[in-house]
Amino acid sequence: MKTPMPEQEPKERIKNFNEVTLGYDEEDAVKEAGRCLSCKKPVCVKGCPVEIDIPGFISFIKERKFDEAISKIKEKNSLPAICGRVCPQETQCEELCVLGKKDEPVAIGRLERFAADWERKKGIKPPQKVVPTGKKIAVIGSGPAGLTCAADLAKLGHNVTVFESLHKTGGVLMYGIPEFRMPKAVVEAEINYICSLGVEIHTDMVVGKSISADKLRKDFDAVFIGTGAGLPMFMRIPGENLNGVYSANEFLTRVNLMKAYRFPEYDTPVRIGKRVAVVGAGNVAMDSARTALRLGAEESIIVYRRSEKEMPARKEEVEHAKEEGVKFMLLTNPVKIFDDGQGFVKKMECIQMKLGEPDESGRRRPVPIKGSESTMDIDTVIVAIGQSPNPLVPRTMKGLEVGKHGNIIADEDGRTSVKGVFAGGDIATGAATVISAMGMGKKSATMIDKYVMEKK
Amino acid sequence: MFKIIRKENLAENTKLFDIEAKSIAEKCLPGQFVILRLNEKGERIPLTIADFDRNKWVITIVVQEVGKTTFQLGEMKIGDSLLDFIGPLGNPSEIEKFGEVVCIGGGVGIAPIYPIVRALKEKGNKITSIIGARSKNLLFWEEKMRNVSDKLIVMTDDGSYGRKGVVTLPLKEILDSEKIDRVIAIGPPVMMKFVAKTTMPYKVKTIASLNSIMVDGTGMCGACRCKIGEGTKFACVDGPEFDAHLVDFDLLMSRQKMYLNEEKKSLERYRVRE
Repeated sequence: MKTPMPEQEPKERIKNFNEVTLGYDEEDAVKEAGRCLSCKKPVCVKGCPVEIDIPGFISFIKERKFDEAISKIKEKNSLPAICGRVCPQETQCEELCVLGKKDEPVAIGRLERFAADWERKKGIKPPQKVVPTGKKIAVIGSGPAGLTCAADLAKLGHNVTVFESLHKTGGVLMYGIPEFRMPKAVVEAEINYICSLGVEIHTDMVVGKSISADKLRKDFDAVFIGTGAGLPMFMRIPGENLNGVYSANEFLTRVNLMKAYRFPEYDTPVRIGKRVAVVGAGNVAMDSARTALRLGAEESIIVYRRSEKEMPARKEEVEHAKEEGVKFMLLTNPVKIFDDGQGFVKKMECIQMKLGEPDESGRRRPVPIKGSESTMDIDTVIVAIGQSPNPLVPRTMKGLEVGKHGNIIADEDGRTSVKGVFAGGDIATGAATVISAMGMGKKSATMIDKYVMEKK
Repeated sequence: MFKIIRKENLAENTKLFDIEAKSIAEKCLPGQFVILRLNEKGERIPLTIADFDRNKWVITIVVQEVGKTTFQLGEMKIGDSLLDFIGPLGNPSEIEKFGEVVCIGGGVGIAPIYPIVRALKEKGNKITSIIGARSKNLLFWEEKMRNVSDKLIVMTDDGSYGRKGVVTLPLKEILDSEKIDRVIAIGPPVMMKFVAKTTMPYKVKTIASLNSIMVDGTGMCGACRCKIGEGTKFACVDGPEFDAHLVDFDLLMSRQKMYLNEEKKSLERYRVRE
């Protein structure tokens, strides 16, 4: 069995925004590291999009050489405290761990987080200086893809400038993932490390508006686009524009980036009410439902059109949500939202669904059951059914090919239809995970390095 | 940091600021907006650009003090800086030679209509401008507007200055007597709504600039969504200007009331500070 990780008690934690999981102490970490078999041919590494030498760093933890452990991780991953927290290890490295066949796999994610937190507490070591190449690279977007790409390129000696449209660096790590799951101080520390590599970050710069993407192409030797998933999707049902209906993006941005949970000390408000319905069942939906409870909602309900088996959220997130009292209305789909006569949400009508034949995604398609409509009283609806790519950059770069959903078309190494322009993360793949975006940022960095060094 | 280099009291609770913002001043066009944040705890608010000087790298904004952030900005002095100033956002106004154009600025909406009028005038349009406010003490930029218009009509609701009545009064008279090719209106949603209603029977293309609540202003949050015809659009990336005959102004007004209670609370708290 995995060494358990201490957590805040559910009853306590729904009253605060502090981190839920508290992390291993040294004894926990050494004990858990001791479970690793140090396989000669480690299969776990194959599951890691950024190819961390997993048995390597775990061996160092076993020997209490924590300094060496974090250095080993940082050879491949510049954001270990973030990955240790939000990577879906259960479908990546840990899924492949041989221990997992008979027992639970080694808690690789928790060990990664331990090593990163250990270093942060003691003070992050400044990186070694590298010989500059004189090549200039622009990175658009400072989320997981952009930061990873920037860090890898800086380590190779390139001169990297990151352009961020918001006032804070970090993209979804700052505006999307809540404080209780991803403390902003942790994100800031990792960003500071990336800056110490020599990466320059310009906030408040909306590429496509403040500066055109074509200009960047002229002024830099290569460009990486990691602008993420932008436009929130809505359900296209009546009543969706009523006051009290939020996109998950807006709701989470208000709370996380603008710190509305500390209104009126902070100026940005958010309105929550007593009964909250969150539509969707991905990680963003879980984050929204759990945030709603912390803002004082009496009831927070996930409304999802399929069954529990199809929920896209990580199991750990679903478990945490359940522990905290989030309710689940499964096989239920909203059809109409009613107002209170003043323009605010009052009720939501839903229809029961059943699962039919599998669709293109391989999941069984939900089909409405005629006559099963019912209404629920509700104060707030949070729509967490996904986002489509932000159009600002593609609109201002000539010749950049986009797919039918507006995503930038890039090959597996991040190359786009424009020479010297690379893309990765949600802008290329559609909404996915932090680590897959980082994996793409990393692959693109390798290709960008090759491209600029060969370019005459 | 973005420095305030000029400040002027334009009218009651209405202040002008010149902000040093090189990259925005180099690029912005009439009809676009900026998002600003005063300090670390501040909210992000959108403001349509009132003027710009590409040589001096200056953006002019005109702010009506209505809530905490705008009152706080109103107290800032020359030499103070805004923490964030982001733009130019949104799509620029369509500036073409349309022919005879009526441009309407209501209240603080006089400010953002000004650079549009100027650009349309430079394109060779014949422009009648109508500016209006509740009362004389809320009017500003009369001379500035007169200088870029062929004709200027000034209206006040209470008759304390200019002609008494709402802006749609002279608009209707103009529509009855001349062939108008385009109408552009910026002001309170209720004014834009009635401008649209007035021009509708005459089938004159009418443009309104929507001042929805926004957070990021770059198409990410969806707070600014509005109903245009049968579709939902985002004012920040699809607008802020739309065909006024297709805009659901009642929805816009309703959505602007989303945080009335919170805004009141925030302002009261700010006012009793020590």
